[in-house]
Amino acid sequence: MNRLMLISLQVGVALVVLLAWHLLTTIPMSDGKPLVPPFFFSTPGDVIARIVKWFAEGTIWRHLWITLTEAMLAFVIGSVGGILVGFWFARQPLIAAIFDPYVKMINALPRIVLAPIFTLWFGLGIWSKVALGVTLVFFIVFFNVYQGVREVSPTVLANARMLGMNERQLMRHVYWPSALSWMFSSLHTSVGFAVVGAVVGEYLGSAAGLGYLILQAEGTFDIAGVFAGMFVLAAFVIVIDGVVTLVEKRLLVWRPAAADTRT
Amino acid sequence: MAEGAGASMRAAARQPAAEAVSLRDVTITFRLGDKVAFTAVNSASLSVADGEFVAIVGPTGCGKSTLLNVAAGLLAPSSGAVSIFGRPLSGLNRQSGYLFQADALFPWKTARDNVAIGLETAGVPSASAKAKAQDWLTRVGLGHFGGRYPHMLSGGQRKRVGLAQVLIRDPKILLMDEPFGPLDAQTRQIMGNLLLDLWSADRKAVLFVTHDLEEAIALSDRVVIMSAGPAARIIGDWKVPLPRPRDISEVRLDKAFHDLHREIWQTLKDEVLKGYAQTGGG
Repeated sequence: MNRLMLISLQVGVALVVLLAWHLLTTIPMSDGKPLVPPFFFSTPGDVIARIVKWFAEGTIWRHLWITLTEAMLAFVIGSVGGILVGFWFARQPLIAAIFDPYVKMINALPRIVLAPIFTLWFGLGIWSKVALGVTLVFFIVFFNVYQGVREVSPTVLANARMLGMNERQLMRHVYWPSALSWMFSSLHTSVGFAVVGAVVGEYLGSAAGLGYLILQAEGTFDIAGVFAGMFVLAAFVIVIDGVVTLVEKRLLVWRPAAADTRT
Repeated sequence: MAEGAGASMRAAARQPAAEAVSLRDVTITFRLGDKVAFTAVNSASLSVADGEFVAIVGPTGCGKSTLLNVAAGLLAPSSGAVSIFGRPLSGLNRQSGYLFQADALFPWKTARDNVAIGLETAGVPSASAKAKAQDWLTRVGLGHFGGRYPHMLSGGQRKRVGLAQVLIRDPKILLMDEPFGPLDAQTRQIMGNLLLDLWSADRKAVLFVTHDLEEAIALSDRVVIMSAGPAARIIGDWKVPLPRPRDISEVRLDKAFHDLHREIWQTLKDEVLKGYAQTGGG
């Protein structure tokens, strides 16, 4: 199937869904009411009008910016922490063995229960959301880097040593690229979780951001606002995912396409 | 009389230095558990003179690669002595280059960077290492492939890059572990000729492990046969009387080749059958 055909079919799906939504929520049935109550499901027209209004008035930009900032900070801090600890554990098996049950314990904890504590510790500003995102991103990056360092092919490692690499050169030319490739293969997941952390954090208590916007609309039974917030959030995540794909393509150019794993 | 003895003693003292690789009564035992031990190689003695091309042939799983790893210093023998150019080996064998059976290239580096890395680790500035790497890629026939990553190359091309990666460091000893094993028959012959071609330029000492007797005879000066494992021993040592330079595909038609092949095969056959019986044909 060619690209144009595929895109038109993809757009077709959206149009069919929007049309069905529109018809179900606006066409009056025999009792004079539409089949699906617009009070609970809004209408596509209202939602689009709301999104247009947000962008026309420019109020949305501040919320988008806040959410983006929180997600980026969570991603960067979580990744740096995950890389450092991942490397440390992988190179020091004793440390890894000692901390193993605690790592498993914290990772098993549903992160959302930490949100109230983070709000108490870091306040209602962006940092409580960043902290929530960090706890999510950190473990994904940590596990991947740990795995990447430990799963370097023994042959490649023996070859590196026979080629005269010392410990520092092994780190730079073998362990580091291997760990990074594992980390980048989970980039979509970790960036996604950074956004989840930010939005969920906002939803649980904040003064700005997309999560806050949705919460506000929900609090006033403004269903069009809830749906509009969801659509903006979805579009926002798709744009970020596209950027991640571009970055990935550049950095993992050495990888065979078949081995492209998305966890 | 006394003078004669002195001369022969001096000669004896010089003799070991001429041997690039010398393994004396090397035994390699792996611990599999608390009480279980597995002896892979039992009391093997082998030497490779400087400039000599020696092939080790043996049935599958006989410990040929294990013996090679000992010569490389990647594995310490359980008992016995290893010396390189007359000096006892401790740690890695820094004078040797090792061509592995499995893919050993760095997948995240281009072919050129893969070749250059061997020089860069030795402190050669990146720019001149890359220029030298390009020369070497040209010598192995991959001049236009420097920018490719390993996964974009065929199996034979990856072996060429591997060969360049090892040879660019100009090791005095070349250790090769079934390097052309995974390749198809035609590519193996081409690679064999390329290897002989590069080797004839400066005649390094070569220890070449293979399970293919024909390949061993066609390439080497001496063929060493190992028995089936466990506790494999060296059970035969033949000089190859074929003249050099050789062409791998033509030398196989030579009568001397066939005679030697038949003679060695008499010894090897039983071991191969034993090896198959033990590994279930795998």
